[in-house]
Amino acid sequence: MSDLALGNEPHHHHPFLQHHFEDLGQQHEASTLGMWMFLCTEILFFGGILCAYWIYRVMYPEAWAVAAGLQNKLYGGINTIVLIISSLTMALAVRAAQVGSRIWQLIMLFATLVFGSIFLVVKGIEYSIHWKEGLFPGSHFTWHEHPAVAQKVQLFMCFYWGMTGLHALHMIIGAGLLLWIIGRAWRNDFGPEYYAPVEIMGLYWHFVDIVWIFLFPFLYLIHGVHHG
Amino acid sequence: MTTATLHDVRLVGAQTNRNYINDEYGALSWLLTKDHKRIAILYLISVSVMFVLGGFFAMMMRIELLTPEGDLLTSDTYNKFFTMHGVVMIFFFLIPAIPAVLGNFILPIQLGAKDLAFPKINLLSWYLYMAAAIIGLVVIITGGVDTGWTFYTPFSTQYSNTHVFGTTLAGFIAGFSSILTGLNFIVTIHRMRAPGLTWYRLPLFVWAMYATSVVMLLATPVLAITLTMLMIERTIGVGFFDPALGGDPVLYQHMFWFYSHPAVYIMILPAMGVASDVVAAFTRKKIFGYRFVAFSSLAIAFLGFLVWAHHLFVAGISVYSAMIFSFLSFFVAVPSAIKVFNWTATLYRASVSWQTPMLYILGFIGLFTIGGVTGLFLASIGLDIHVTDTYFVVAHFHYVMVGGTVMAYMAGLHYWWPKITGKMYPEWWARLAALLVFVGFNLTFFPQFILGYVGMPRRYHAYAPEFQVLNVLSTAGASVLAVGYILPLIYLVWSIWYGRPAGRNPWGAVGLEWATSSPPPKENFHETPVVTWDAYDYPAMMKAMGETQNV
Repeated sequence: MSDLALGNEPHHHHPFLQHHFEDLGQQHEASTLGMWMFLCTEILFFGGILCAYWIYRVMYPEAWAVAAGLQNKLYGGINTIVLIISSLTMALAVRAAQVGSRIWQLIMLFATLVFGSIFLVVKGIEYSIHWKEGLFPGSHFTWHEHPAVAQKVQLFMCFYWGMTGLHALHMIIGAGLLLWIIGRAWRNDFGPEYYAPVEIMGLYWHFVDIVWIFLFPFLYLIHGVHHG
Repeated sequence: MTTATLHDVRLVGAQTNRNYINDEYGALSWLLTKDHKRIAILYLISVSVMFVLGGFFAMMMRIELLTPEGDLLTSDTYNKFFTMHGVVMIFFFLIPAIPAVLGNFILPIQLGAKDLAFPKINLLSWYLYMAAAIIGLVVIITGGVDTGWTFYTPFSTQYSNTHVFGTTLAGFIAGFSSILTGLNFIVTIHRMRAPGLTWYRLPLFVWAMYATSVVMLLATPVLAITLTMLMIERTIGVGFFDPALGGDPVLYQHMFWFYSHPAVYIMILPAMGVASDVVAAFTRKKIFGYRFVAFSSLAIAFLGFLVWAHHLFVAGISVYSAMIFSFLSFFVAVPSAIKVFNWTATLYRASVSWQTPMLYILGFIGLFTIGGVTGLFLASIGLDIHVTDTYFVVAHFHYVMVGGTVMAYMAGLHYWWPKITGKMYPEWWARLAALLVFVGFNLTFFPQFILGYVGMPRRYHAYAPEFQVLNVLSTAGASVLAVGYILPLIYLVWSIWYGRPAGRNPWGAVGLEWATSSPPPKENFHETPVVTWDAYDYPAMMKAMGETQNV
């Protein structure tokens, strides 16, 4: 803590004010801007692989349509709904932190964690089904229903596993961060003055949800375009 | 808010001899530090080690190329040496050098801040860098890698049996180190400026760091995903970039250069920032056309994202996209030229002090201009096809990277050395080294323009006998250059113990870093300064600092 009394207004030191910031407002703005900047990086990270996906989709529309038809729309749809609900609970958790309600923070954060976990379990079920169907690329790839496009379907599955895998990794990291935030909410760290960690957790969580909002149509729903 | 004048700041600073170096002792106080100044020192040591390593590979190549026959290194070893020279110099020296060493140390002080916005993330950046560097060293010790620093597929994914995975993993991790540094800088510049320090009062070094950080933040993740796809392809044998499995190797080149061309600006923009600060300091003048110089940094950062395919003119892209990328590449010359003209205009009729930082920057301006203009040769499609993969390209990018970035890094290191260590370096030796670097550099790389133009291809350990004279000149130049780089290594370390004390502001320069003591206290300023003057406004700043200008 700085031992300099700055200025003449009463300057009480909040326990979570880091020494190099002038006040909590500056610290809050810095943390949220930092998370937004990180999300810019993430957009370019996912953008790179989405761009590659898009180029091959234009090159091989037939194979892409066949491969999208192999995805389980029910599981994908359930997961989409689950994630959207988890975004709602996350937003409510931020609100609860802003108004200083410890119990609602805990309920909403825990609900977000539960929905996130449901997503990961459903994703795991899908993965195991694909594995059994021989749809994991590389030497495990034994799917040959349409021999003419089998090789390009494998390319699609590279993107499927790559993109959903990176997304799931972000979900797992998000779940870990949620556990940490739940611990801090349990200790009643957050209130109207200081809720930046909950807010940046929310920004991250919404971003990961939005990635899925792109992945779901790109990977599951393009089937009908070429094969009615 | 505090209203301490800089005069008071100086008096408070003079009364205490506590500074960031003697504030705490012990290895752990350095390895677990969150102080941006100490992290800068950690980076300084690490990048210096990597520079020596990359320089070793370069010297071995130059010795091999003394004779037309491949007699010192086998062709396989030579492939590994130019690859590891490139990987070490680009990912572990040029990209972090100015931002992570000089930027880390100076940027928060120039902003009047106590630290970067995220000190722990700053330390994490260094640990990521070290993790990447250690993986890189393990790769080198256990046999190296031979793909060229560009890791072009399908050679890197299918045919090379060297450590491609380890090297790309190191590049991936080093990338996150630079993303976090860029993120930290952007947030710090937006949110941590001292009261009164508006955007147009910022030193141009800060503007350059801002533009650099934007490129780091937006380009590096594309490298990360590209290398991830490459690692997946190499590990489980799938075909993102494999034509046999429906993939496209040219896509790899597009994705790689979408990062790696902007990365060139990650390397040169900070150098331009150093040049602006040094030119202002050693001419005692405001930079001519401050706003043009500031916004040209942002223009370069923006245009840098639109030119990547000029690396692919011979890779089979369509003639129309080649024409567009050629045009856009020419366009980058405009903001670069604005800077050069403005530095020159600042020098015009100024009373220039010929101290070492200024000598390096004068070298920088000339060499960068040659590097930039030969870049225009390469942006012209026809000429590019003639000199693709020849020594002309090698000479061009070394003029920009070594003649530009390394010269400016040396300038910045000498300029801020008194602030960093509190000691002066020996001026005579430093001028000698600057002269050796300038002469050695030109002798090394100018012959390579000619070699490339007459047709000597790059990346071979043997060559036709008629190229020997120019190659001998180049190797001789490299030896002079090596002496020029080894000298500062010796006298700078020497000066830490034996240099004369620098005092607060040895150059009579302006900027908040010269208002605090040398070395600065742990919190940079004893009280937050209030800024009421424009950047490089000598009379106003000198008045605020309570001293008379003696030029």
